[in-house]
Amino acid sequence: MAIVTDRPDSADSPDGSGPGTELEVAEPDSHGDDSPRTGVFARPTHATGWREWLFTVDHKKIGIMYGALALFWFLIGGLEIGLVRLQLWAPDGEVISADFYNQLFTMHGVTMVFLVIMPLANAFANYLVPLQIGARDVAFPRMNALGLWIFFFGGIFLNLSWFLGGGADGGWFAYAPNTGMTFSPGHGMDFYALGLQIAGIASLLGAINLLVTIINMRCPGMSLLRMPVFTWMILVVQFLLVFALPVITVALILLTFDRTFDANFFNVDAGADPLLWQHLFWIFGHPEVYILILPAFGVVSETLPVFSRKPLFGYPIVVLSGAAIGFMGWGVWAHHMFTSGMGPVSVAAFSATTMFIAVPTGVKILNWIATMWAGKVRFTVPMMFSVSLVAMFTIGGLSGVMHAIAPADTQQTDTYFIVAHFHYVLVGGALMGMFAGMYYWWPKAFGYHLNDRLGRWHFWLMLLGFNVTFGPMHIVGLQGMARRHSVYGEFDGFEFWNKIATIGYFLMLIAMVILAVNIFRTWGRYRRGLEPGAGADPWDGRTLEWAIPSPVPEHNFDYVPVVSDVDDFWHKKYQPDETGKLRRIAYGNDIAQIGDQHPHLPSPSYWPIVLAMGMPLIGFGLIYNLWIAGIGLLLLVGSMFGWTLEPATDPDAGHGHGHDGYGDHDDDHGGGNHDDSPDGQDDGNGVLTASTANGEAAGD
Amino acid sequence: MTDTPTTGSTAAAVEPAEGDEPQIAYPRTEWDDYEIIPPTTSLSNEKLTMWTFLGSDCLLFGALISTYLLLRNRQPLSGEGSLKAADLFDIPFTSVSSFVLLMSSLTMVLAVSAIARGEMERCKLWLLTTAAQGAVFIAGQVYEFTSFYREGLGFTVSISSSAFYTLTGFHGVHVSLGIIMLVTLWAMINRGIIGPERAETVEIIGLYWHFVDIVWIVIFAVVYLIP
Repeated sequence: MAIVTDRPDSADSPDGSGPGTELEVAEPDSHGDDSPRTGVFARPTHATGWREWLFTVDHKKIGIMYGALALFWFLIGGLEIGLVRLQLWAPDGEVISADFYNQLFTMHGVTMVFLVIMPLANAFANYLVPLQIGARDVAFPRMNALGLWIFFFGGIFLNLSWFLGGGADGGWFAYAPNTGMTFSPGHGMDFYALGLQIAGIASLLGAINLLVTIINMRCPGMSLLRMPVFTWMILVVQFLLVFALPVITVALILLTFDRTFDANFFNVDAGADPLLWQHLFWIFGHPEVYILILPAFGVVSETLPVFSRKPLFGYPIVVLSGAAIGFMGWGVWAHHMFTSGMGPVSVAAFSATTMFIAVPTGVKILNWIATMWAGKVRFTVPMMFSVSLVAMFTIGGLSGVMHAIAPADTQQTDTYFIVAHFHYVLVGGALMGMFAGMYYWWPKAFGYHLNDRLGRWHFWLMLLGFNVTFGPMHIVGLQGMARRHSVYGEFDGFEFWNKIATIGYFLMLIAMVILAVNIFRTWGRYRRGLEPGAGADPWDGRTLEWAIPSPVPEHNFDYVPVVSDVDDFWHKKYQPDETGKLRRIAYGNDIAQIGDQHPHLPSPSYWPIVLAMGMPLIGFGLIYNLWIAGIGLLLLVGSMFGWTLEPATDPDAGHGHGHDGYGDHDDDHGGGNHDDSPDGQDDGNGVLTASTANGEAAGD
Repeated sequence: MTDTPTTGSTAAAVEPAEGDEPQIAYPRTEWDDYEIIPPTTSLSNEKLTMWTFLGSDCLLFGALISTYLLLRNRQPLSGEGSLKAADLFDIPFTSVSSFVLLMSSLTMVLAVSAIARGEMERCKLWLLTTAAQGAVFIAGQVYEFTSFYREGLGFTVSISSSAFYTLTGFHGVHVSLGIIMLVTLWAMINRGIIGPERAETVEIIGLYWHFVDIVWIVIFAVVYLIP
């Protein structure tokens, strides 16, 4: 057991007081008054109320905030596309101008991809990955908070363009000569390029953090092939993010330099190649597709076994298929460019790889079906969303295989058939999976169930509305209706199906209103004591997060879990009897940890949010005036130094009662590196590496 | 949806047989507390983070170098040909500054080795030497950029110049950040914030520094030496 008092960084803390003296002062109740001054600010110690959320480094609070932000942007992105659907209600629509239409569909795509589905996946990953691998927190809690706040400011920055001259109007993939100053002279594309850059930095920080957490902080016995599938898929996604994000970073830098500093990267007169942007964007963009869908695959790989009362069929195969998708996802990007004239060899090669990647995806779908087969299926709300993912994603996957056939794709490209395809995989796939996860883990995160009846209404209206909206787009797409056109003609024959699609949009809107009502109503009822608590293990779960109380206590696990199997917690509840028949030996609620320990935890910090504030300032500076960027840079560098000099865990808060774990819930977190860990790695963890990583991200 | 799970036929309900209160599934074990769990791999979290980041940075430079290779010989569609970066290279000069940068990797290794042996003064000396060599390289780059600019190769002059300045500029930014980190390390050791027990911190910054050097070998070979 580490004796935290002899940590070197506490003895030598930069406030200059001698080693030893301050350690004695730190009685359990004495913090607050004598909080150490490290850098500019006194350290937040016992933050309560809104401060508790603003300065937290707790992975669970950060996860919840990611989720709340994502739902907010989901509302914005959904309302944006509502105007588009109204415009397309009738031929020659006159609801909005063509220019505004361009901005709406662009910002809808950008918002839904970067501000909704990615952070929703991040919400689940942040909340659940440490729980599923039996860890106390992520590897670098402050860096985790930094990622959240950079994402927060990045999203606001991106959407401020609406009030500062109009949103981006070049489509979500922003093909470059078209998004240069000549054809897109407003500031919208500047906000797009810089906003995505900022969001990308946030994603990169989060990805590195989660990757290190999963690789390095698994509890004893948790070998890679005992990890829950959700954690596995998150691991694959973090690899994809780490290697895909720098490519879009470069693309956006080139675009920004073109627009801001008159560089020539996409200047066709100077000899530029328009395919450069397309290649760079899609080398990022196609892995991005798997970044969006794999977390949802992970979610349903958790829910389907639980609600079928069977282990996941072919666990190693599902895991390896996920990893295979991650690898093969790097070799298919140019199928987005079949009509760009890149030559028959490239087209044939990418056509073949695209067909191949359907194989591991299909394997997963078969495994899910086999999991449900002959199981005792309980049709709870999360189960219904999960099953609908399997069905809807299959439809989207099949139209995807159609696109792999280059001659067919040549006909379908830039029509509503493509729009139908990717909405089936992203809404029917990713979003359905995220909803399944919401209903499934809501009791774990908040301690009560979302209302079941409202949940069913939400599900059925969503499923119906979704199919009514996007099903007809297959038809009008094959009839030749081009996407991104703000009007269609009276005699084109598209009117009927467009009316149907718009009706479907409003069905989905109602479904979302029901979801909102469900969230707020159930929350209110729970606070008034009208909702029963969920208990630690409401679904008879299989993974470690169900072995601790709901809502999860701040320190996660009382004791380090030691696992010896896949679905280890389930094996604690069911054992074969003498005849070999599985019998229940315990109930999850009875054998869950109690949550009565009070170990040291990482201290909250001001620096993540202060550092993150520098990012949008630099963005504004690049658009309007470089002096603002200078201020942002100063803020950034200054807070990096403040961060570096601040120990990850407050050395003054509650020392010296480490052994029996009865500290006063402030201090030290149990990351992966401690005074007496075998490699002799000291504490003060995260300080340097985090700051260097940030320094880099800022430099990029 | 019920609070207590219902039982299926595969698992007939049997109350836990003996004992009054059920055992918790994950009691205190010999692992005792999170304080003593080592990292799952033999790498510390910090070092693994740096390796991951460097892997990511490879793709950043990969994309920038590919962009330069694609664009370096492009000419305007009409009119006379524009000035290219390759027309102005001063190979002997850049070779010298490259040599200085590569030698800084040696002093970086010496700094890491010094702190591993606990020789703090020596470590500080080598850190400053490394930073100084990096600064010489940056000075060389500033001189190079200025002289190219004087010879008419502005950032916006041609597509090749945009690509050249962006690629080498990004490398320069990386070196500069490295210098800032080295000097910060020096200051932190000087004030006793970092002692011999945190030798790994120096090693991790060393990883970054070697990476930046290796990237320069690639850039120097691909951009300057291969015509």
